Amino acid sequence: MASSTSFASDFAAAPISLSRRFMDRLVTAAAVLAVVLVLAPLAGIFGYLVYMGIGSLNFAFFTHIPAPPGEIGGGMANAIAGTVYILSIASVAGVPIGIGAGIFLAEYGRNKFGDVVRFTADVLNGVPSIVIGIVAYGIVVLTQGHFSALAGGVALAMMMIPTITRTTEEMLLLVPNVVKEAAYGLGVSRWRTTLSITLRTATSGVITGVMLAFARVAGETAPLLFTTLGNSYWNWKINQPTAALSLQIYTYALSPFDDWHRQAWAGSLILIILIVGAVTAVRIVSSRGMMKG
Amino acid sequence: MANRALGAPQLPGPQPVAKQEVAARSQSATESLVKVGGSEIPDALFRYAMMACGLCVLALVGLIIYELITRSNLSWHAFGIKFFFQSDWDPVNDQYGALPFVYGTIVSSILALIIAVPLAVGVAVFITEMAPEWLRGPLAFTTELLAAIPSVIYGLWAVFVLVPVLRNYVEPWLHKYWGWSGLFEGPPLGIGMLAAGLILAVMIVPIISAITREVMTAVPQQQREAVLALGATRWEMIRTGVLRNARAGIMGGIILGLGRALGETMAVTMVIGNRPEVAKSLFAPGYTMASVIANEFSEATGDVYLSALVEVGLALFLVTLIVNVVAQFLVWTVTRGTPARAN
Repeated sequence: MASSTSFASDFAAAPISLSRRFMDRLVTAAAVLAVVLVLAPLAGIFGYLVYMGIGSLNFAFFTHIPAPPGEIGGGMANAIAGTVYILSIASVAGVPIGIGAGIFLAEYGRNKFGDVVRFTADVLNGVPSIVIGIVAYGIVVLTQGHFSALAGGVALAMMMIPTITRTTEEMLLLVPNVVKEAAYGLGVSRWRTTLSITLRTATSGVITGVMLAFARVAGETAPLLFTTLGNSYWNWKINQPTAALSLQIYTYALSPFDDWHRQAWAGSLILIILIVGAVTAVRIVSSRGMMKG
Repeated sequence: MANRALGAPQLPGPQPVAKQEVAARSQSATESLVKVGGSEIPDALFRYAMMACGLCVLALVGLIIYELITRSNLSWHAFGIKFFFQSDWDPVNDQYGALPFVYGTIVSSILALIIAVPLAVGVAVFITEMAPEWLRGPLAFTTELLAAIPSVIYGLWAVFVLVPVLRNYVEPWLHKYWGWSGLFEGPPLGIGMLAAGLILAVMIVPIISAITREVMTAVPQQQREAVLALGATRWEMIRTGVLRNARAGIMGGIILGLGRALGETMAVTMVIGNRPEVAKSLFAPGYTMASVIANEFSEATGDVYLSALVEVGLALFLVTLIVNVVAQFLVWTVTRGTPARAN
């Protein structure tokens, strides 16, 4: 753009007035300032997080369960495991439904009903996470009679589904029709073509969608507050309260103990590594091209 | 549909064939007949299974609405519409009014928009129109990283970094020079509406700037060239050629950011102070709809209390629903016609 500006000014009949040139420079400076102001908190958060987090990480953090309030030591082993556990439940429930709904929209959804589903998925995407928490509380916790890992998993699955649905649809639509037609030409049935040809071709794109959804819910706290509740001990039962990294960070951040603050930073670092790792992986996969078939 | 048209010739439909001729047919033809005939049922099953997944999405939203309405019924019958205009939130006497939460949500979100919009649009303008080619990708990726940070980590950072800075430097300064406006009255606690607005602003910049970038990219290149050819400076080109054409979409991005700010829970809960009061000063602690649910839901004793909290959730759901639909529509008016972008 810069070169075309000077080109234009070279051939302008009259030289550009000082005030107009000043305005141009001023806006450029303002835009640069905006970038700096936006990157500053990012750098601040990451820098502080890494600085505080690395100093706080130790072996006990990964192997121990939380110490009683006020005591030094302990770790978040059960919370890390709990987050993985809840995310697994959410993925088991959310990924197949999300991909299925995406296939439906791409293959059979070019009609009014498809538009309704598409719109609803967008609505679901915009529902505040705390509201999802209320609903999961209503349908799982009240039915079961107590807080549980399952309730948290259901809440997170509800948040994953719309993201996965819409990216899957987009990715499937990118698959060239020729590929599908070739399959039909060989007498392959429609369902087989969709699964083994279309979905297969779009695999890396679909995985991108799943990872994005995963990154979105991995750090969610609000929908877990009154579904999984948190737990100071190990729990692998699906119908019992379970610790989660994000919940633990929240509790520790607002506690009056310095050692818990330290562990909150360490927990945040682990969480952000998990999420940024997923997002970066997505970037690498998607920059290699959606279609490798 | 092309697929169906291509698929059809492959299907040897049922034809009246004499019995002896059937036996004469080659083995492979019979096999293909069986295979194709046999794929009709799996095809239908597959179709219905996928449709069931699509219906799941509908059912989930239906379930959300149903749950929120039935569980807030009690509160709705007890307080009616006054619920949103009364400011006493008194669990002991079972009196509930959501005005302080509505006020806190609106004020913190608007404050966030005031701070975030110029920054987000500035970043988008820089990335799409000014930055050298090699810088665009990394810059866009970096701003999007801001969106990937979980809310609770923003909260943690706000509690330990932003709040002390506000308390020790920013708020005393604001009070000294802008105190006359009445917006910066009271003791500089750090925690309060201002901190909530600031952290919300940081959180919604990525979404606004991503959408602004998208709609600016959707503006045809000829627009820029035409304005430049008339002798415009770069800023004049951006203003008349790009921003003016993309304004509906940018508005959509801003409203989408508003939707995000309205429903944001954790970071706000950690810094807003959580006191159900309506105060003019931005230094004063407040409360938002999302944070009252986060704080009190699991401890709510009594049916009316719980029901009142669910009603707050229902209101939050409806407001974000309207806001998001309006935003989607505005973005769509600009980006329709341009090919859908992956991611």
